[in-house]
Amino acid sequence: MELISPTELAKEKVVSVQHYTFLAWRSVANLFRTPRYWTDMIQQADLIGFGSLPIVLAACFFTGAALALNSATTLSRFGALSLIGQLVSLGIVRELGPVLSGLVVAGRNSSGMASELGSMIVTEQIDAMRALGTDPMKKLVTPRVASTVIMLFFLTILGDLLGLIGGNVVASLLLGLDSHQYWSNAWQTLVFEDVFMGLVKPLVFGFIIATIGCYYGLTTRGGTQGVGRSTTEAVVASMILIIVVDVFVTRLLMILLG
Amino acid sequence: MAYPPTVFERAPVRRAGAEGNAVVFEDVAMSFESNPVLDGISFRLALGETKAIFGVAGAGKSTILKLTLGLLKPDQGQIYVLGQDVTQMEEEDLFELRRKIGIVFQESALFDSLTVRENVAFRLMEEGGTSEDEIEQRVRESLRFVELEHTLDMFPVELSGGMRRRVAIARAIITQPEVLLYDSPTGGLDPVTSTTIVELIVKQRDVYKTSSLLVSHRLQDAFTMATHYFDRRENRMKPLPPGSRTEVPMNFIVLRDGKVIFNGDAHELAQSKDEYIREYIS
Repeated sequence: MELISPTELAKEKVVSVQHYTFLAWRSVANLFRTPRYWTDMIQQADLIGFGSLPIVLAACFFTGAALALNSATTLSRFGALSLIGQLVSLGIVRELGPVLSGLVVAGRNSSGMASELGSMIVTEQIDAMRALGTDPMKKLVTPRVASTVIMLFFLTILGDLLGLIGGNVVASLLLGLDSHQYWSNAWQTLVFEDVFMGLVKPLVFGFIIATIGCYYGLTTRGGTQGVGRSTTEAVVASMILIIVVDVFVTRLLMILLG
Repeated sequence: MAYPPTVFERAPVRRAGAEGNAVVFEDVAMSFESNPVLDGISFRLALGETKAIFGVAGAGKSTILKLTLGLLKPDQGQIYVLGQDVTQMEEEDLFELRRKIGIVFQESALFDSLTVRENVAFRLMEEGGTSEDEIEQRVRESLRFVELEHTLDMFPVELSGGMRRRVAIARAIITQPEVLLYDSPTGGLDPVTSTTIVELIVKQRDVYKTSSLLVSHRLQDAFTMATHYFDRRENRMKPLPPGSRTEVPMNFIVLRDGKVIFNGDAHELAQSKDEYIREYIS
């Protein structure tokens, strides 16, 4: 393995951040420029949204159920088992729904985008596209970013619902709580700030997933081995970024919403 | 005199480039990670001319094609394509210019998720303003030109290497570009398929008078192009009559250590006294 000096490494990282920022900016700016690739956008929405639906729903359902089970132990110590609906509701809507949906979609689609675009790079298909007079940023990146942002938003709403249903199944079947009471608690505890926070996060996470996936795909070097490396790096980077950015977004929204 | 039907009945629209040249390289230098690949090369490709570029692997032949398209930017020098300085153009502006240039990549670079029909039609669909019927007709014409009309609904992975190369040619010529770039179009192909591709290039040169840059390792292919012409009446490539070498607009460039060491026609190349060139062509 070739050793690289700290200065070169730092320069490399700065250039990478610069390229990523440029790609992220162009992906948004292209929404306001022609041509717009609506068909590609719908295709990507189908691939990302409907393709990820079963795993997002399953992940959220079982997480809601596990959350209810774990909370029950603590709540029953204080004789507050009836509050389980509130706890599951807040936990799922504010935090777990968006983050889990984001992580699942990142695992499935960030890697998919990186490998697809990476393969196109190593087989000169991206160069061919540019040579044929088509901007790959407009044709490949912008539809993926827009579709991921939109579909993750709706996936999160459905994921939240399934998380609450998972909690309800545990609460009523295993803990013997009244289902009506569970839903009533879960509904009444939610305020605008909770829902707002839960719906802003998937927009940010969707943007991260798609831009990171496309960035690693388009910067692939080194043949098929490079495609594999890009795919892994895209998944790791998007997942880590989701977790880190989640903290900052949560804090920022708490300050803004008071 | 009745000629056989040709693929494109419309004459290509031509615009005089910088001083009547399709492509001009002026003192162009290019390095990759501090390794110089091109070191101040200059040449001109006249309108209607085909120029074959030779050199050992890594001599910068494919780099010249990518520089011509503006896919890469040189470290130094100017490159004019159809009168426009591509070294000073933004990517957005280059897309417009690239629509007038066709390229056949070394490995074809067909879009593997699209059918042959969609690959060939790609440029027309992207440009818009062409009806579906006309796109279909022009796709068929292009594929007929390369004798692959029956592959319309196949995917690139279902084609042989030679067929993929011919589909790439069909994709490159569908909009009747003013300049064509071929990156090792016969590389890795059997002699029969190579001859078919050479014939297609000669046909494009002699029938449509397209200016072309051709990168190749196969000197014999380029000599075939220099010694043959396309007979429209018989619809096939034929050898030039003896003593008529200047009738086809075909020239050669040889690169060595990032510099142009030869720029002339086939006869001059064959007569060259340069030891390196003699060894190269032997």
